[in-house]
Amino acid sequence: MDADAFSVEAAGVRQHESAWRRLRRNWSVRIGGSVLVLLVAIALAAPLLGTVDPTLFDAGSRDLRPGMTGQITTLDGDTIPHRFLMGSDSFGRDIYSRVIYGARVSLSVGLLVALLALAFGISAGLGAGYLRWLDGVLMRFMDGLMAIPGILVAIALVALWRGSLTTVVIAIAIPEIPRVTRLVRSLVLSIREEPYVEAAVSLGTPTWKIMFGHILPNTIAPLIVQGTYICASAILLESILSFLGVGLPPDIPTWGNIMAEGRVQFNEYPHNVFFPGLFLAVTVLAVNILGDGLRDTLDPKMARRV
Amino acid sequence: MSAAPLLQVKNLKMHFPVTEGVMVRKVVATVKAVDDVSFSLQPGETLGLVGESGCGKTTTGRCILQLEKPTAGEIIFEGEDLAKLDRKGLVAKRARMQVIFQDPYSSLNPRMKVGSIIGEPMKVHGILPDRKQRQERVAELLSVCGLNPKFMDRYPHEMSGGQRQRVGIARALALNPQFIVCDEAVSALDVSIQAQVINLLEDLRDKFNLSYLFIAHDLSVVRHLCHRVAVMYLGKLVELADSDELFEHPKHPYTKALLEAVPIPDPTIEKGRVHRIMQGEVPSPMNPPSGCVFHPRCPIAVDSCKREVPQSRELRPGHWVACPRV
Repeated sequence: MDADAFSVEAAGVRQHESAWRRLRRNWSVRIGGSVLVLLVAIALAAPLLGTVDPTLFDAGSRDLRPGMTGQITTLDGDTIPHRFLMGSDSFGRDIYSRVIYGARVSLSVGLLVALLALAFGISAGLGAGYLRWLDGVLMRFMDGLMAIPGILVAIALVALWRGSLTTVVIAIAIPEIPRVTRLVRSLVLSIREEPYVEAAVSLGTPTWKIMFGHILPNTIAPLIVQGTYICASAILLESILSFLGVGLPPDIPTWGNIMAEGRVQFNEYPHNVFFPGLFLAVTVLAVNILGDGLRDTLDPKMARRV
Repeated sequence: MSAAPLLQVKNLKMHFPVTEGVMVRKVVATVKAVDDVSFSLQPGETLGLVGESGCGKTTTGRCILQLEKPTAGEIIFEGEDLAKLDRKGLVAKRARMQVIFQDPYSSLNPRMKVGSIIGEPMKVHGILPDRKQRQERVAELLSVCGLNPKFMDRYPHEMSGGQRQRVGIARALALNPQFIVCDEAVSALDVSIQAQVINLLEDLRDKFNLSYLFIAHDLSVVRHLCHRVAVMYLGKLVELADSDELFEHPKHPYTKALLEAVPIPDPTIEKGRVHRIMQGEVPSPMNPPSGCVFHPRCPIAVDSCKREVPQSRELRPGHWVACPRV
């Protein structure tokens, strides 16, 4: 072929915008993403933000209102002056430190649950969608799993083992797995009929290579979106479990158990519930806004699919 | 043409069961997509397969490629029955026969770059394991198909329909096959690009001595490209003849009707033509008519057509018709 023919061919090329550029232009992604980045930064930098150890208490600084100055006893027994930005609870613990450290728990629970549910859901969904003999058995099992209420599974697991981060993450992830499986399966069922998969079959490509090389990469966009929604509901569910007292042990501060402890004197000291609740609401909102933005840019068809 | 045929299709049948029921699947009917089709293909020959939508052209192609497991019949490719091969033997044979799909948009994986799309067949079959060599081969294939080798770093969505179809052709050529099924390979392209791609297919056929099974519904394209043409109606082969013979002297009433429907690009001739529009609709392949499947719409049908399934007979050397009335 000569050079002229090339230029004719090249003229037909349209410059498509990359997904990344579209993401950065979307306002939902911008807002949700920056709030989340800020929250992650706060959680990581917790010790540098004027906090004290969240388990420290002082009998002399009980039930302080937000902004008041009091004192707190360190582990060595020294008493140091401390300004309680968000007040203190009935043990004299610093709500501000507890809320900031609690962000670590909430965010890691959200992330871990999403990763765990996606990992299991993708494997099961790929299997059910592509290997037809596996479909019936696997999907009936998933239907059964879906019939059990999530909170019940969590309570049962915490009773069986003891309350720890691992237990809580597993307990929240289990009810999410069937939902991811169904999504992946439905995607696989439509992608496996695409001519490019048939082309791979007619080339003699081995089954596992078709599953992981051709089908899986084309399910990624809707899965990222689904992952954010799982993340948001996991953060919320962790707080509910901790509020009910079946989540993490009480010596680890989480937004759920701070609210649970503050609930008793909510009428006199609403700040005990207000601040962790505010952080929880902002976090879940940010994750959901980010998810909506991701959906609009990566997978516009999903709104109808889920 | 007396040499051993490259491909022989003998009494191919593909019946799809129609099932009902949730827990216990019950077969309530069968769709006879392909019913008793036989033909053969010589090396270097192009056989056109024409017929209206839903007549089983594509299913025939898919059966030959073993993308569909035929209900009955033999597909003998290079002397071996494909249905009897084990997995390994079939993978080896798959390297010898390839496919070009209709839709240049969905036949390329949107997540893969052109370079890895064309390189994949070589990777799968362990040809040119060295990355560098493979890249050179991909560049060579791209320029054979009239594309700039720089395109290998592009994604399919960055290319036009004609360019993508060329990528599909390059992928099909990657393993030096003997035989390519072109499943409506040009019908999704606009007319000027169609001409380019057809010329490319012709050049490649001469260069590599390829055989094509050219599935199409555009009769003028078929006449231009094919040596022989087979006409299908409702899962059956009704007529098979050399291209010129079929277009000049069609025998089967369905072929005649099909050819009459082709407009002539000359208004004075077109004005004087008498169009006999075929009556009725295509019957459902789930419940095909008895005897000759074409009898309800046939202008020359007689009573016996309702009862007797017509056998294919050789009217002239190489001209087979499945109609006893011509």
